Amino acid sequence: MANISTLNTTAAGFDAVSDQVASGPRGRKPRRTLSPRNIMLYGTLFVFALYYLLPLYVMVVTSLKGMPEVRMGNIFSPPMEITFEPWVKAWAEACTGLNCDGLSRGFWNSVRILVPSVVVSIAVASVSGYALANWRFKGSEFYFSILIIGAFIPYQVMLYPVVIALREIGVYGTLTGLVIVHTIFGMPILTLLFRNYFASLPVELFKAARIDGAGFWQIYFRIMLPMSLPIFVVAMILQVTGIWNDFLFGVVFTRPDVYPMTVQLNNIVNSVQGVKEYNVNMAATLLTGAVPLIVYFLSGRLFVRGIAAGAVKG
Amino acid sequence: MTGHAPAKRPNQLFRNLTAKIASIPMILIALGIFLGGSLWTVVYSFTNSKLLPRASFVGFDQFERLWSSSRWIISIQNLAIYGILSLIFSMVIGFLLAALMDQKIRFENTFRTIFLYPFALSFIVTGLVWQWILNPEFGIQGIVRSLGWESFSFDPLYNADIVIYGILIAGLWQGTGLVMCLMLAGLRGIDEDIWKAARVDGIPMWRTYLFIVIPMMRPVFITTLVIIASGIVKVYDLVVAQTSGGPGNASEVPAKYVYDYMFQAQNLGQGFAASTMMLLTVAIIIIPWAYLEFGGKKRG
Repeated sequence: MANISTLNTTAAGFDAVSDQVASGPRGRKPRRTLSPRNIMLYGTLFVFALYYLLPLYVMVVTSLKGMPEVRMGNIFSPPMEITFEPWVKAWAEACTGLNCDGLSRGFWNSVRILVPSVVVSIAVASVSGYALANWRFKGSEFYFSILIIGAFIPYQVMLYPVVIALREIGVYGTLTGLVIVHTIFGMPILTLLFRNYFASLPVELFKAARIDGAGFWQIYFRIMLPMSLPIFVVAMILQVTGIWNDFLFGVVFTRPDVYPMTVQLNNIVNSVQGVKEYNVNMAATLLTGAVPLIVYFLSGRLFVRGIAAGAVKG
Repeated sequence: MTGHAPAKRPNQLFRNLTAKIASIPMILIALGIFLGGSLWTVVYSFTNSKLLPRASFVGFDQFERLWSSSRWIISIQNLAIYGILSLIFSMVIGFLLAALMDQKIRFENTFRTIFLYPFALSFIVTGLVWQWILNPEFGIQGIVRSLGWESFSFDPLYNADIVIYGILIAGLWQGTGLVMCLMLAGLRGIDEDIWKAARVDGIPMWRTYLFIVIPMMRPVFITTLVIIASGIVKVYDLVVAQTSGGPGNASEVPAKYVYDYMFQAQNLGQGFAASTMMLLTVAIIIIPWAYLEFGGKKRG
């Protein structure tokens, strides 16, 4: 912190000097904190921040109102009396089709999908990334290029062949099938992430281990893994949010009784029969968004690093 | 790599054998799913498959039917409007926010957290929230009317002419934070000395941005463009959650067309043809970029 504040003061000092050089002395300098420039700057940022925060606020406020109040008032007004009933209803009673046990079913389905998918996809991708970084063989870069190009192909193009493949091995519609699908489509970005990270580690370490007689797996488990905890965390953040938020694969590759939370949420909110209970809908939406939001707020800078690493090619 | 200790030159095939075995999943996915799967879909888009894929080829019939379907034409128009506006707005807003954030401001982390959090949410959540905010009875329209402006009308989700803009508002809310982050990383990558030089020369800040910094950030802009564009082609969940394609079919998009024909209408041929067109769209975006990016150097 000290470093940054000194940097700021030197920058401010530099400003002052350069202003004087440009226009000569003009009496007392105004206080910097309330200069028109700063008002503009923070004003604009503040307005944007409001736009971004507004939906979250609306969600929370609506989910804490009773239905009569929702019908009366406007969506921005805070609740007159706070009730947690919509939350209870969304979690345990909301109906999709014949099931009336609420979003909790979707939540546990999503957890059951999430845990193995994250573990398997990261395991497979990290080993591939390690092989690509340290054990190049003929054609390895070629396969990797196809993998990266594959990241840009719309999923719709590959959906049906994957359905056929899963049906052939008898896992279409099951949890195992969905785990395989998440592993497949997580491969490009994760492999890229791990390959770039492993390639940035000093190669001498790898060579020394080779000379000491360590093999492929020994180097991976004894040297690479312990050194790459941060990148595993980044990959986990990427996968947890990505898989939790997935809708398309859930709806294509699972049956209604194992639908993940996002699919169930959409079915609850957009169901045509019955009276629309907006407060329950918003509580359900918040519940579904809660997991990635918690991951986001806890991970902070690592999340940014994850999406930057994922988004910008290495 | 394992101890074969051969007298003659080791067989090339067995060099790094463990690494090769460990790479089998990657090779299978790359060749079998990404390459093979895409080719399979393209090939079968020339067949008249209905409920099950059948290899009876009918030439370009499916594509003719596709392009004479009004629903597909609407999907393409929507994608074009959504895509172009979304590119322009997310680039402009994203850059503007990044430039503001780069002014050595206080609370930078707080602002960044606020701008980026929608990106952590799914399109389903995004779509449902904005469906509620744009609800004509209780949402923005209702509030403005209750303030006294009785004739005010803003109900994008129930008006076929402007429904796509309602989706655009939600899409921008979700995605601009990412653009801001990428742009901010690009801005931070610019040498501080360039700013100092520009200031010494008395160049106003906006001109420095426009004529020095933005041209220097060309790679960042191109990468961002490719990321946003390839995301736009895939847009699906947002529409499903926010409007389910309605009113009527005014907010249909190609990805939804593909899903509906493949898994609901049991008309696989149409689904394959539509997805092949999507692949073509992406290829038109990606190939020039890949050529620019990797053409000179031998990489990728």
